[in-house]
Amino acid sequence: MEQEPLKILIAEDNDTDRMILQRIIFRLGHTVVSARDGLEATELYEREKPQIVLLDVLMPRMDGLVAARRLKEMAGEDLVPIIFLTSLSDAESLAKCLDAGGDDFLSKPYNPVVLKAKIQAFNRMRLMHRTLLHQRDQISLHHEHMLREQQVAKTVFDNIAHLGCLQARNIRYFLSPMAVFNGDVLLAALKPSGGMHVLLGDFTGHGLPAAIGAMPLAEIFYGMTGKGFSMTDVLREINQKLKKNLPPGFFCCAAMLDLNFSRRELEVWMGGMPASFLWRGGELSVLPSNHLPLGVLEAKAFKTNTYKFELSEGDRIFLWSDGIVEARSPDGELFGEERLRQVFEETNHPSLLFDEVHQRVIRFMGESERSDDLSMVEVTMMPEDALGIEADQISGSAIKGPESWEFTYKIEGKTLGEFNPVPLILHNILEMPPVRAYSGQIYTVLTELYSNALEHGVLGLSSAQKQTPGGFLEYYQERERRLKEITCGWIQFRIRHRPEAGGGVLLIRVEDSGPGFDYHAFARSAPVEDSYSGRGIPLLCGICRRLEYFGCGNMVEAEFAWIKA
Amino acid sequence: MSISTQKSSDGSVLTIKIQGRFDFSSHQEFRDAYESADSSIMEYQIDMSETTYLDSSALGMLLLLRDFAGGDNAQITISNCNSDVRRILTISNFEQLFRIQ
Repeated sequence: MEQEPLKILIAEDNDTDRMILQRIIFRLGHTVVSARDGLEATELYEREKPQIVLLDVLMPRMDGLVAARRLKEMAGEDLVPIIFLTSLSDAESLAKCLDAGGDDFLSKPYNPVVLKAKIQAFNRMRLMHRTLLHQRDQISLHHEHMLREQQVAKTVFDNIAHLGCLQARNIRYFLSPMAVFNGDVLLAALKPSGGMHVLLGDFTGHGLPAAIGAMPLAEIFYGMTGKGFSMTDVLREINQKLKKNLPPGFFCCAAMLDLNFSRRELEVWMGGMPASFLWRGGELSVLPSNHLPLGVLEAKAFKTNTYKFELSEGDRIFLWSDGIVEARSPDGELFGEERLRQVFEETNHPSLLFDEVHQRVIRFMGESERSDDLSMVEVTMMPEDALGIEADQISGSAIKGPESWEFTYKIEGKTLGEFNPVPLILHNILEMPPVRAYSGQIYTVLTELYSNALEHGVLGLSSAQKQTPGGFLEYYQERERRLKEITCGWIQFRIRHRPEAGGGVLLIRVEDSGPGFDYHAFARSAPVEDSYSGRGIPLLCGICRRLEYFGCGNMVEAEFAWIKA
Repeated sequence: MSISTQKSSDGSVLTIKIQGRFDFSSHQEFRDAYESADSSIMEYQIDMSETTYLDSSALGMLLLLRDFAGGDNAQITISNCNSDVRRILTISNFEQLFRIQ
């Protein structure tokens, strides 16, 4: 096989030997550049940039060993093979040649066939080396490009994520800063009613695809939570978005929480994440995943059953991604759920649990393991005013919004069983940015009036049933049943707003198709302190400037005054 | 990791056996295994007797197969899982989508 002609540098102080070598190489089809000693060799190398070098060892002015070192330095990253010309045969001398940078030897008398073979072999090596460097540079460039793209994705994601309330005092967490590229996502947001949603997600895959999935998830989470939608509505929407927009085989394991601080209730949805641990007054409950991850099922197949609990102050729930349970020791053992349980059993004070779990897992993994893939969050039940966050973080809007307006919204028949209009109505009211600081109270008024109209007015349920603990559960089960079967009836909202000095007045009128009730008699009876129900109307009287019933009691108007903060 | 396939004698069941780790590097081979089989296949058996490990991208590949095989109408059985594999399938609630033996 003929190859391309090369430029070969020879350095040989013996004139005869040099000429013989020149002729052999020339006959092989290559160009020759000759030097008489080491120094001339380095100068010629600089000028001519040969592909291969044949170097005599013993030369005046600069011998082959020194020259070889210089030449290798000058070649830098490139591979310029150096073949030593030597009659030395002892191992020590040959070793010295290799140490100096020599790649091979050629002994006298020079055999053209041997020389040809060596030149071919080293040329192949030289070309391979060049290809390697080139590919390395291409990879390096692509890698840098990818890092820059990831930085953009991370910045966009961080901007979306900062809408939340992860800094609330009842949340503790650790998450690697690059977690989004491991597919881990932690979101927390306040609801206009004053409660909180928290979501820990783990997307399939790594890198940009995982981060890309996180963005619509975050937008839906913050958008809907901020508008007062329920946790299950948010999950349903996220599931549908991921299912529709992401490629098949792409999904997000998630654990989501809905905390109600005023009623001290917790609702938990677990889909594909390792079991969460709920600590209540010293008792541990393990909540395993009972749903498929988000983005797998079609909308109609998506299930929303949740765990529901009543908590006391200080009770807390722990969510983690599989990095914790599947952390491996240097011998390959799994940390596992058993060890986690042990930590909970052995730790006395609940506030120490978070750090204890973290420390034990890190110790278990040993020095060599990366601990930045661990994601864990602890959420504690505490009074709302202890959270340490401003309720109005959502607005930041510079406009005043509409000042004098009214609208009527009526839902009837089956829609009553399928749709909760309160988030939509609240959303319209919150089109006035200065009112957003009061969204919790307004939400409470709307919800209480709507619940009364729906449950007592349309469905005909009686509060008397809620007096006992057992009756409480039966009441809500009966409510579910009647709601599923409803076909007629209606509820109408009429909302009006007019400006007032320093703020405005919201008039909320709710009318239902029910028979009403004897509100005169109700006003006369004293509120019962310990009863489970009857909290609605006195609560409304505390928030509203005026609360008035009309007609047979199926129409009520609440007047809510607000002042610009 | 290696993937081998076998058709039943009547040509209606395709058994895919996965040896070693079932992870993102298995992607192309796994897809080729079921995409290149002919259209007479009505049922799929995933033999995990020699599968040592499953990660989330493997779960994704199973979902791709399910999609290919008819979605809700797909007949797919996953068999002989070791405890590690079983645990991952359980946490993700995949028995809601696949028959697991």
